[in-house]
Amino acid sequence: MTKSWLKRVSATDVVMWVVSLIIAGIVIYGSISSLQSGKYDGNTWKDLIVYGLTQGSIYALIALGYTLVYGILRMINFAHSEIYMSGPFASYFLASALLTSGFMDKQPWLSLILVALFAMFSSMVIAVSVERIAYRPLRKAPRLAPLITAIGASFFIQYVFKGLFGAGVKNYPELDVLKGQVNIFGLEMYRIHVIVLISAVGLMALLYTLVMKTKLGKAMRAVSEDKDSAALMGINVDQIISTTFAIGGVLAGAAGFLYAIMFRQVSWYMGFIPGLKAFTAAVLGGIGNIPGAMLGGLFLGLIESIGPTLFLAGLGIPAPNQLKDVIAFTLLVFILIFRPTGILGERLATKKA
Amino acid sequence: MTLLEVNNIHTYYGNIHALKGVSLTVEKGEIVTLIGANGAGKTTTLRTICGLTKPRSGYVKLKGEDLAEYPAHSIVYKGISMVPEGRGVFARLTVMENLDMGAYSRKDNKFDADFERVFTLFPRLKERRNQVSGTLSGGEQQMLAMARALMAHPSILLLDEPSMGLAPVLVDLIFDTITAINKEGTTILLVEQNALMALSVANRGYVLQTGQIVLSDDAKSLKSNEMVQKAYLGME
Repeated sequence: MTKSWLKRVSATDVVMWVVSLIIAGIVIYGSISSLQSGKYDGNTWKDLIVYGLTQGSIYALIALGYTLVYGILRMINFAHSEIYMSGPFASYFLASALLTSGFMDKQPWLSLILVALFAMFSSMVIAVSVERIAYRPLRKAPRLAPLITAIGASFFIQYVFKGLFGAGVKNYPELDVLKGQVNIFGLEMYRIHVIVLISAVGLMALLYTLVMKTKLGKAMRAVSEDKDSAALMGINVDQIISTTFAIGGVLAGAAGFLYAIMFRQVSWYMGFIPGLKAFTAAVLGGIGNIPGAMLGGLFLGLIESIGPTLFLAGLGIPAPNQLKDVIAFTLLVFILIFRPTGILGERLATKKA
Repeated sequence: MTLLEVNNIHTYYGNIHALKGVSLTVEKGEIVTLIGANGAGKTTTLRTICGLTKPRSGYVKLKGEDLAEYPAHSIVYKGISMVPEGRGVFARLTVMENLDMGAYSRKDNKFDADFERVFTLFPRLKERRNQVSGTLSGGEQQMLAMARALMAHPSILLLDEPSMGLAPVLVDLIFDTITAINKEGTTILLVEQNALMALSVANRGYVLQTGQIVLSDDAKSLKSNEMVQKAYLGME
């Protein structure tokens, strides 16, 4: 018994354990010394948590697009980060026009809603076009082909935006209604964070209801499981795939809009890092799983926000915030080692006769 | 009245000539069976009829209308439902959701009578209606696949190997149900490896060998045909 147990342990396992123990030690020691230093009061932590959840909810919205497309086509839509970028970028022009015409000062909320809708619409158009032009002709091709096309489409959209609208950062208009703080349940929070959180959570709830309760949602789930059987039911598979891309696009456009009003800027490369993070979040939660993408996004945002201060500040590292990506991706590596399917991935073993 | 007419279809998988001129007809109200060994082209014939595989030549007509122009997802609107090989139930959807998908092609929304009907045919499904279908047994999944196909009110039901992998007691149950469904007025085209069972419920039968129909007769005569007895019924 002991012998076989020893045999099963390889050198790699031992190294992994040692690395895990070292990291766990650093995290625990860092957290304790950060908390004991007394430099951070409850208010700081609250701010970090709210900020993390806000950032995380944007990741979650983007991650849903990756997960929806993966669920239905088993491919990673690497152009999704550009779908996310194109919405707010396109609606930047609408926002500037509304600002110069003075309409935005008179009707700030209505203008915001118009800009948001336009961002969602633009992202949706780009998402559906990418599927139609770049992926559909390759539906029966080996899986590597659409993956490469996706990377190509991503670069194509990035450089078209760069070429047409310039390489610089464009500033979203500043709105007074988004400034300041509000008091909710006795907690002082930035108004913009509250707006982003509420919109994102609302959209996620809407999506969940759509997928679980409506005829369209059931058809989407049916197509994701078995395209031939779905066609036999009378479901137009291509149409459902288009719709899935459209929904992913709308969510990405909304995420981009929320990002743009929060940080008040757009640029042609703004999709790259959030896209990568959202993809990480989708994998973290279990790719193809909708609640997983939501959970993964929020979790990643939270860890990124709290992590540097909690784990690293106490170790005397000079600029812990620069290391938030290190924390995020270390976490990804560890979750994938110990739970390769992600946090909520694939619990039901599919029976195939 | 001829409900389904398959005329001289040639189907290819890449360079493989899977069907070499298959012709068959199904009259309204009949049970017709298509028997043959593994790889003879039985499944391909059904897939060609419901549009999942397109024939290179030949035609499939339902009530006189050529189906060549229609993509697979519109065939069910014409009145053909298929229970695919391996059942093809949506494993992560519940039993009720699977039945809802079966009724996807329906314009009306009054499914209560249909739920009642399939639950009378398959009482087991009623007990499990809120269960995720991936957790059903093989026999229950076969019942679900058949129930789901019936939800579309097909004029003809195509069944691909409904007895595959089932315990003998379940095979009897499935074949009893096939007869019951037929008595209620649904025409059936049944593909089976279990030739004995298939021929005992069917009115007529076709024997498929390496992509060609080699024999066609009424079921009783096929059962006593020497060649069929030797090759498919295991009698010497």
